[in-house]
Amino acid sequence: MVMSTLHLQQIAITIGGRHLIHDLSAKIAPGDCLTVMGPSGCGKSSLLAFVSGTLDPAFAAKGSVALDDRVLDAEPPERRRLGILFQDDLLFPHLTVGGNLAFALPASVQGRAARRRRIEAALCDAGLEDFADRDPATLSGGQRARVALLRTLLAEPEALLLDEPFAKLDMALREEFRRLVFAHARMRGLPTILVTHDEADARAAGGSVLKLATI
Amino acid sequence: MTARALAHTLLRLSPGLTLVVFLAPIVAGLVGTILPAFGFLPALGGDSLSLDPWRRLFETPGFAAALTLTLTTGWSATLVSMLVAIGMAAALHHRPVARRLGAWIAPALAMPHSALAIGMAFLILPSGWLARALSPWLTGWSRPPDFSTVGHESGWPIVLALALKEVPYLMLMTLGALNQIPAAAQLRAARALGYGPSQAWLAVVLPQVLAQIRLPAMAVLAFSLSVVDVAMILGPGNPPTLAVLVVRWLGDPDPRLLFPAAAAATLLLALVIASLAAWRAVEAVAQATLGRWATRGARQPAIGHAADIAAGAGITLLALTAASMLSLALWSVATRWRWSDAWPEGFTSATWMRQADSLAGPAATTLALGLAATLIALALVLACLEREAQGREGKPSRSLALLYLPLLVPQVAFLFGLQILLVRFGIDGSFGAVLWTHLVFAIPYLFLSLADPWRSYDDRYSRSALSLGASRWRVFWRIKLPILLPPVLIAAAVAFAVSAGLYLPTLLAGAGRIATLTTEAVTLSSGADRRVIGTWAMLQAAFPLAAYGAAVAWPALFRRLRRW
Amino acid sequence: MIDRRHLLALSAAAPLLGLNRAARAQSASPWTEILARARGQTVYWNAWAGDEQTNDFITWVGGQTKARHGVAIQHVRLKDTAEAVTKVIAEKAAGRLAGGGVDLIWINGPNFLAMKAQGLLHGPVLPVLPNAGLVDTTNKRSNVVDFTTPVDGMAVPWRLAQLVFVYESARLRPADVPRSAEALLVWARRNPGRLTHPNVANFMGSTFLKQALIDLSPDPDLFQRPATDAGFDTATAPLWNWYDQLRPLLWRQGRQFPENAAAQRQLLNDGEIDITLSFSPTEAAVAAQAGLLPESVRSFTFAKGSIGNTSFVAIPFNAAHKEGALVVADFLLEPATQARAQDIRHLGSINVLDAGKLSPEQSRLFEVLPGHPALPAPAELGAIQLEPHASWMTRIATEWSRRTAR
Repeated sequence: MVMSTLHLQQIAITIGGRHLIHDLSAKIAPGDCLTVMGPSGCGKSSLLAFVSGTLDPAFAAKGSVALDDRVLDAEPPERRRLGILFQDDLLFPHLTVGGNLAFALPASVQGRAARRRRIEAALCDAGLEDFADRDPATLSGGQRARVALLRTLLAEPEALLLDEPFAKLDMALREEFRRLVFAHARMRGLPTILVTHDEADARAAGGSVLKLATI
Repeated sequence: MTARALAHTLLRLSPGLTLVVFLAPIVAGLVGTILPAFGFLPALGGDSLSLDPWRRLFETPGFAAALTLTLTTGWSATLVSMLVAIGMAAALHHRPVARRLGAWIAPALAMPHSALAIGMAFLILPSGWLARALSPWLTGWSRPPDFSTVGHESGWPIVLALALKEVPYLMLMTLGALNQIPAAAQLRAARALGYGPSQAWLAVVLPQVLAQIRLPAMAVLAFSLSVVDVAMILGPGNPPTLAVLVVRWLGDPDPRLLFPAAAAATLLLALVIASLAAWRAVEAVAQATLGRWATRGARQPAIGHAADIAAGAGITLLALTAASMLSLALWSVATRWRWSDAWPEGFTSATWMRQADSLAGPAATTLALGLAATLIALALVLACLEREAQGREGKPSRSLALLYLPLLVPQVAFLFGLQILLVRFGIDGSFGAVLWTHLVFAIPYLFLSLADPWRSYDDRYSRSALSLGASRWRVFWRIKLPILLPPVLIAAAVAFAVSAGLYLPTLLAGAGRIATLTTEAVTLSSGADRRVIGTWAMLQAAFPLAAYGAAVAWPALFRRLRRW
Repeated sequence: MIDRRHLLALSAAAPLLGLNRAARAQSASPWTEILARARGQTVYWNAWAGDEQTNDFITWVGGQTKARHGVAIQHVRLKDTAEAVTKVIAEKAAGRLAGGGVDLIWINGPNFLAMKAQGLLHGPVLPVLPNAGLVDTTNKRSNVVDFTTPVDGMAVPWRLAQLVFVYESARLRPADVPRSAEALLVWARRNPGRLTHPNVANFMGSTFLKQALIDLSPDPDLFQRPATDAGFDTATAPLWNWYDQLRPLLWRQGRQFPENAAAQRQLLNDGEIDITLSFSPTEAAVAAQAGLLPESVRSFTFAKGSIGNTSFVAIPFNAAHKEGALVVADFLLEPATQARAQDIRHLGSINVLDAGKLSPEQSRLFEVLPGHPALPAPAELGAIQLEPHASWMTRIATEWSRRTAR
């Protein structure tokens, strides 16, 4: 497995002349997690958008993102190999659970049967045996969150961006899902950025914490 | 009963009332078409059932070619329009230009079909504007080349003209459907999984959109299979499409031709029903294919190029629309415009001056019909939607889907029988009869463009207003309507444009006595002075364009005033 | 008792009755009655609207009848005259025997035959009109026999048509003009793609074939009698032989045809073809002046002459405004109206009146009309050939569509 380090270099984001993020640099080693905290509107989501390459053109941004030596700045989002978990699970409603996972699974896994096996194995690991043919709409919130995580990981990302993925889950589920996400990230050696405003998230992530304030 | 109670009663009855008033005549019209198709029309001596009309229809020279032409043009126009609209959405959704797309396509939407067809005819003729602009310096043609464009046996100009109109329409419907799903977030997720923007749109958004635009797509298919004015202006004459054949026979001095005409109209109805069923099959196959494609996991950047090509085609269509409009405008102010001159010899307002008197009457009729149809349709549709919102917790009412029937039934198939009915009641040729056929079409289009915004209204605004002590009426007038004003105005403009562009319903219900800009422009297009056609078609297009302009400008102006 | 309204009507009618002393003497009472009843009526004149000059003329007529007799005209613009016939048939089928929506129709040929044969016309109307006596019934035979159907006064003539070919003299030298059907074929061989004719479903299109039929036939009188199955094949054999050779040489290889003569005129103006045809000998001049054709257009007819026919107006049996329609019909026969109609600045259609029956003042109305280089002299036009029996046209049209349909 390739393990990379995620480099953020001198990132600055402004909107309409207002500085959201000023000269942010960080190095996130494989399996490590950088937690970015702050109130709404502080720019933490804009930071994730910048890293993933989907920042709205209304923002002005400087700085550089790299995975080891691979500079991502000119790459479109789909070529950056950054897995993202959003606040919503965003499972595609027209595809089955298995279909959602197959969408993420690289085409290098060839043959219908082989693809099916990979997906069932992944579901099995996550305690979701026999869920492949289910409609996502029939799943519970916790199950959907796990499928979203599986989908992100099956695409074989080199880093993980977490955009408050635990915020909408209830307490008990949140605890359990947090453990699952960070366990996977560490096991696969994925450098991770977590954006949240929940201190408990930061504690669970275990890495360094960056607090942004509204300026 | 107080006025308010009466209003509540009316509101409660409105869906049923709307359906009965506008569906009964369609059904009666269909019966009035199908019976003569089997030989039954006592007024003309047909008092027993027979298959004779069908025999006559099948024996008509060129019948097979007419049938083929109808199916190929109708289906090609629909498929081309769908592919281009989908390609444009897939290629442009992530680009800044997507935000201005709505403004670009609005004028194309407003153009009446017939005005566009007339303008396009002049553009693409072998002696048309395109050939003039490029001859002889580029083409080497000292005389117009002897090949066919307008009237070509394959009917491709019909397909092109329909695509000019239907691509913007399907684009608008697609944009509307996008508001119903979290498309932006899903696209971000798909891109994070390694898919390019166009492929992400096609694999993730399109399958969800397809079902939502099924009805508009079917309306496009039914319309394209049965369109009369465009096929008359741009299609071949020998044989023409089935719909044109019906209208031609209806206009023949020999009344016995009414029987094969009824048979042809019935056949067209059957073709449309079969085609709509086939469309479901096409859609199902497309869904299955898209599903298999998505789960193969192949990231294909080349999809982006394919979508770009489709978008290029779409933008070319928009440019053609603009050029068609411009050609009409130029002719209306030209002195003379001889072959191979890229521009008219000179410009004059003489044609407009000379036509002013003739234009005034039909222009006033167009305006009166359009405004009356729009206002009545708006009142009925708002009442239906409000009734739906207040009952059963805002669930979309299934029976209201029947309102779309006029869009899925070929116009000739029921207008034919309806005309006989109107004459029997002695109301043919009256303003009321024409207004009523206009409503049959204005209501569904208005409903189609207003239903989604109305249903996605956040009812918490109303509930919080109610909790502040405002009455239901006050909440409707002061809260809900103002919030929904932009879509209401756009929907009204759509209804007005539909009314202003109607040819066949106006012709048949108006019995030739109610002249609108559209009926006159189509009549003139059969060979009158191009400068004169230019004035009529320009004015014909100007009304709906103004309606759209007003619908867009009004809320914007309002917002600007409030900001200060 | 004569009230004020009648007096007004009388004084208004006086110039109209004018110099036709006999008419004034004998019909003072029925005609004034008609004038009185007509006042205030709006006549729905159903007329083909594909020609702007005619549309303008109808508008002008409406202004005149309104001012003189209080009769307004609503021009119901038709794409095809048959629309009005269908309308009357539909009304009859629905049992509307009075108060019908069509008051006056510009009509002739099969439409007239259909309406006359099915009893859909009011009349005889011609004898009622004060100006009826001025109509030429001897030299302009088409005024009394319309496509071999006796008119019997059921329709009122208002304009005369004679087939002429209009050509672009800048591309076709006057000396090379083909003055017979055979010569036309020879010319087309040398100039493929530069000739066409309107769709034969259209009247002008079938007239082109009828003209060729008459020109190619050794015995044109044959066509005054109805066509029979056996007779048709023999009599039209030369026509189809000629046409089979001509068709591939036509514009668009004879696979596509302009819908009507106006569309074909547009083709001439666009430079797509060199010859068009018209039923109005003055059309070339009128169209050139109006900027619809180049100034260099000229007209010709076949050496043996060409087909002529008369346009009529007729009143449906159930017309709601019969009196108004009669007033309009009579106004159309006025020498001043006819002279204006013949004026190439207005309509440019040949008058239907008998020059011998006009007073010197009335004759002068025609003498002072302006000329034009594209205007043929009466002598250049040649003899008027009678329209064949309608059955020939129907059969020719059917046969043509059988031969050309895909």
